[in-house]
Order: sequence, then C-alpha cells, then structure tokens
Amino acid sequence: MQDLGISILFKGVNFQRLLMGLWVTLRLALITIGLSGVFGLVFGLLMLSKRKIPKIFCRCWLEIVRFMPQLVLLYIVYFGFARLFGWDLDGETSAVIVFTFWGTAEMGDLIRGALTSIPRHQTESAAALGLTKGRIYLHVLIPQTVRRLLPQAINLSTRIIKTTALVKMINVTEVLKVGQQIIGQFYRQPDAAFWVYFVIFLLYFLVCWPFSLLARHLESHWA
Amino acid sequence: MDGSFILAHVPDYLSGAWVTLRFGLYGVICAMVLGLLCCLLRYFRIPVLQRIAGGYIELARNTPLLVQLFFLYAGLPRVGIRFSAEACAVIGLTFLGGAYMAEAFRSGLESVDRAQVEAGECIGLTRGQNIRYVIFPQALATAAPALFANVIFLIKETSVFSVLAMMDLMNVADTLRTSGGRTVEVLFMLVVAYLLILLPVSALATLVERRLRYAGFGNQHSV
Repeated sequence: MQDLGISILFKGVNFQRLLMGLWVTLRLALITIGLSGVFGLVFGLLMLSKRKIPKIFCRCWLEIVRFMPQLVLLYIVYFGFARLFGWDLDGETSAVIVFTFWGTAEMGDLIRGALTSIPRHQTESAAALGLTKGRIYLHVLIPQTVRRLLPQAINLSTRIIKTTALVKMINVTEVLKVGQQIIGQFYRQPDAAFWVYFVIFLLYFLVCWPFSLLARHLESHWA
Repeated sequence: MDGSFILAHVPDYLSGAWVTLRFGLYGVICAMVLGLLCCLLRYFRIPVLQRIAGGYIELARNTPLLVQLFFLYAGLPRVGIRFSAEACAVIGLTFLGGAYMAEAFRSGLESVDRAQVEAGECIGLTRGQNIRYVIFPQALATAAPALFANVIFLIKETSVFSVLAMMDLMNVADTLRTSGGRTVEVLFMLVVAYLLILLPVSALATLVERRLRYAGFGNQHSV
C-alpha cells in the first residue's frame, strides 16, 4: 500500500524546512510591523499638523498605497529601482521597503483616527481638574488612544503577515517556494502537492488566527 | 521614457486590463452574494450553518490569497479536483472576498438601532416588511463604505492571478519586462492601468455613499 502524501512532510527535515520558509516571511513581517509602528506615529502626527504641505504630502502617500496593489509596488522597487537609480536591491530589502511604505501610511491613518476620535471635552475636563499638560497626556489621552488603536493595529499586523507572502513573486525563497522544492523531490508521490499546500494554508491560519482573536477580544473588551 | 514603445503596447495592456477587470468583477459579485448569505446565516442564528459560516470566515480572513490559489490550482488536482485557471481565480477571490463582505454586511446590520425594529413592529409592519423597509436600507447604507473598500481591495488582489498563468495586467507587464527590458515604461504603464481601473471605482464609491446619507437615523453619532 502506498503512503499517504502527508507522510512526506515528516520524512527527514521537510517540516522544519517549511517552518524555516515560513519564518522568512514572518521575519520580514515583524521588521515591517516594527518600522511601520515607528514611522506610522510620525505619519499620523503629520496628518494632524496644521500646516498644509505635510498634510497634502501624507494624503498623496496614503492614496498611492490605497490604489496600488502591493505587488505592483514590489515590482517597482525590485525591478524598477535597478533601472531608474541603479540600485540593485535584493528581494528581502525590497520587501521591507515596500511593506513599510505601505504599513506606515496605514498605521499613520489608524493613529490619526484614534487620536481624533477622543472628544475635546476629555482634555478640557482634565484641564479643569487642574491636571498639567503632561499628566493629561499620560492619564487621559494616551490610555484612550491606545484602547482604540490596539485592536486595529493588530488587525493591520495580520494583514502585513498575509501580504508578505507576496515575496514569492520576487524570487525570495519562502514557504511556498520551499513547498515547491519538496514537491519536486517527491514527484513520485502523486498527492504530495495537495498535502504540502494544505499544510502551508494551515500554517498561515495558525499564525494569523490568534492575532485576529486577540484583536476581537480587545475590541469587545474595551469598546 | 520611450513614447513609441508605450503606444505600441497599449493593446496588450487593454487586454490585460480586461482580464483583471472581468475576473475581478466576477469575484466581487460572487463574494457579495456569499458574504450576504454568510452574514444572514449568522444574523438569524440558523443552527449548524451559522457555525460553518463562522468557521469559513475565520479561515478565509486569516490566510493569504496567494496560498489559497496555490492550494486550489496546484494542490486540489492531485486528489482529483480539477478547475481551470479562470475558475480558480473566481473561486479564490470569492473565497477570500466572501469573508470580508460578510464582515462588512454584519457591521451594517449591527448598526441598526433595536429601537428602529421595535418602532417598525409598533406601527404594524410584518417581519418581512421590517427587514425590507427598515433594517435593510439602513444596514446597506452604513455598510456601503466598507463594501466599496472591499471591492477596491479585491480588484487589487487580482494582481496575483499571474501565478495561475492568466494574462492579467500584472502578467502582461511581467512578460513585456522579461522580453523587452524596457522596465521603466512597462511599470509606468502598469501603474497607469491600475489607476484607470481603480479611480472610477473610488469615485463611484464617493457618489453612492453621498446618496445613502440617510443612514443612521436615530443614532447619536451621525447626523
């Protein structure tokens, strides 16, 4: 009797190889999330500034990432920048640049939204109680902003994790590519591809789902 | 930039845009139907089916489209389930989009104040009339921005259809890039093509949202 295709995943180090492949995209996602958080804060504050030029600049930036598929942006940086500026960036660097460019704008917009959603009277009441400006931020504004922001920021993080799968398209060896290599090695096993892609599907789900649950929990808990 | 190169390849991009737009629309329409169905199953708490709908929404929202397409196109045929590339494209986009549409419809339905339904009952509307004249118009109006955001999101997601060997915009550009080496012109046309598809969708969204402003009657948040 022939083995089921799933058994090939447990032959040798195949499963570890898949996990290492997944880690390639997860690492990119983590770097992107970190950078987007930092730059996003600046972006969000710029959007709220009273000056016109930073506002328009941020608006244009946000519209670009809203309208361009991330894959197009990846192509522009990976293939286009080499032509335009002579920068020969590798796939992972291009990915971090593109996803941070995108994540910064999205995160900035979330931060802007969270900050503006706090009613004015909160600041005014705190001032009337005699809190100093620093204390108003520390005890009144920042806690409320974080409550509104955190669930949305977690959701954005899962979107970033899912989107980093696109690096497959610019020749980065990630989990799908490793999967293809494993399938190629076991070409005599007819259902290998089914199990490999099924397991990759499950792996992504197992990574992203806890974040979604956490975001939903925080949302209902804090709302 | 080489103007004659651009002019010479406008027809290629037109055919690519047609593929992107056509399969994007099929996916969007099927996703709306599936999303509405899932949302209603959960809203009316249909036993068993609401659980299935809930599980499906979690699976679809927490995995990347690229991985879903690999499973559909390269995995399933190995266990005897075979779809054409075009069918995979529509099924994949529907699978992904249905979950996002369901969430958008749900947020719309939940925004309709209980008092509205009770008021409808008081003036003698039947359950069907209440749904048709009270709940549905308001829910749809509230959900409209999220629904349109999903439409734009799904059309952008079609950019990974090139892994199915479909000649969509992305694949047209990629083929021209590898054969001709005119990377800058190729990418420039790609950006313009996506803008020409997505800007009208966005304009339509603004128009529809403006006409549906009557939503949220009785909610204190919106006027």
